[in-house]
Parts: sequence; C-alpha cells; structure tokens
Amino acid sequence: MADVAVGKDKCGEQRLVSLPLSRIRVIMKSSPEVSSINQEALVLTAKATELFVQYLATYSYRHGSGKERKALTYSDLANTAEESETFQFLADILPKKILASKYLKMLKEKRKDDEANAGDESGDDEAES
Amino acid sequence: MAERPEDLNLPNAVITRIIKEALPDGVNISKEARSAISRAASVFVLYATSCANNFAMKGKRKTLNASDVLSAMEEMEFQRFITPLKEALEAYRREQKGKKEASEQKKKDKDKKTDSEEQDRSREEENDEDEERLEEEEQNEEEEVDN
Repeated sequence: MADVAVGKDKCGEQRLVSLPLSRIRVIMKSSPEVSSINQEALVLTAKATELFVQYLATYSYRHGSGKERKALTYSDLANTAEESETFQFLADILPKKILASKYLKMLKEKRKDDEANAGDESGDDEAES
Repeated sequence: MAERPEDLNLPNAVITRIIKEALPDGVNISKEARSAISRAASVFVLYATSCANNFAMKGKRKTLNASDVLSAMEEMEFQRFITPLKEALEAYRREQKGKKEASEQKKKDKDKKTDSEEQDRSREEENDEDEERLEEEEQNEEEEVDN
C-alpha cells in the first residue's frame, strides 16, 4: 500500500517529497501534545521542511559576509539566526561562535567592571541568593 | 516513546542534496553548515508541529490535518511556502485518487472471479498513522550513515 506520499515512482524520478515520512513522523510525534497526524499533514510537513531547508540555505548564502562567495559556512547560518526575524527561532541552536580567547577576555573585563561598580556603590551589586 | 537521538535527525544525504540543488552551482557547504541546517530542519518540524497542533486543538480535533499545517506556516511567517504547499497537496490528492481508482479497477477485475472481502482494504484519504506502511517505507529509504 504505499509509498505514496514519498512519491517513489517505479521510474524513480519525480518525487513529491524527498525527506523520509517515517522520520518526519517520529519527530512530530516526539511533541508531547500531539495525538495523531493525518497523512496529508505529514506530507505537507515534510514538504514544508524541504522548502525551509532551501530557504535557510539560500537566504544565508545571499546575506553572508565575505567576498568569496564560494561556500556556505556555519557563521552565515548563525548570522541569519541572529539577524533575521523569520529565523529567530533558531537562535539558540545556531549560536554565533567566538574564539575562546576572546570569551575569556570578555569575562575578565566584565569582572573588572563589576568590581569597579561594587566599589562606588554601597548597595548590593553582587547577586545574593 | 523512546527515540534514540539519531532518530530525530534527518538523513544527511537528502539534506545535502536539497541544499545543493538550492544553491548556485559550484558553491560548497561546509560539513558544519550542513549539520547545522539539518538540526535547524528538525527544530522546524517541531515548531511547525506544535503550531499546527494549536490550530487542531482550537478546532477541537485530535488529529492534525493539512489545513492545520498551512495555518501554522502562516503563523510562523512562512507565507511564501503556502502556494507551493497547496500545489503539493493537490498533486498528492490526485495521486491518491489515481491509486484508489487503479486498485478499484483491479478489484472489479478480481470480482469477476470471486466475491472477495477485499472491500476492507480500501484506502481513505484521511486516516491516522499507518505504522506498517511507514515502516515499509523506511526500509526503502536510502540513508547515509555518516559523519
């Protein structure tokens, strides 16, 4: 009965959807409140995901920095997640990266600031719990 | 339902192909970028599902249907997907109809020989998940176990 939705023709060429429906379904079902999913909804979700992958890739590529546009890099994607409202929901899983050395430096500077502030005010700057 | 972590990922080969077909010729994708897009796609499915489910609940239904997914796209501000999705839906329905008609035709032919109890096997368009069908599919997929 059917590999219908995946559109696997005997001739193999034109597929309606390339992503495996079974896997899409597993992901969908991992969402707690979902009871059941109609086959059409499954097909559309798979198709939408493909469209999403295309869109994310092309958007990130177009808005990417760097003169040599020979490659799509992680940082193109991270920039997209941060700067585009549409892709904001990805911000947590595509964080921007900084060098460890830079991060340590930032931490040091922050500590210095905190200490300086603590000196000026008599109040409670430090977090107390 | 206990899923292994890799079950929530989409197959690398397919993701890579979709990306390559979308980008201009000759543009490379770093492995990291590809993996990131794959993760993003999984998150997208979750987000879309959750959103679609809200629409189903509003309609007092327990089963997600096509219009819930379309409404979710609107809500998530992916309106640009709506037209291609509607077209895909039409194509899918035609395909379903075609297969149904084909199998009904077969039945008619068979009935000339026997009175069968095959009526039960008729496929409805709206049905809930059919585990076996999908498991079969899974065996048919090509996957790259990579990384």
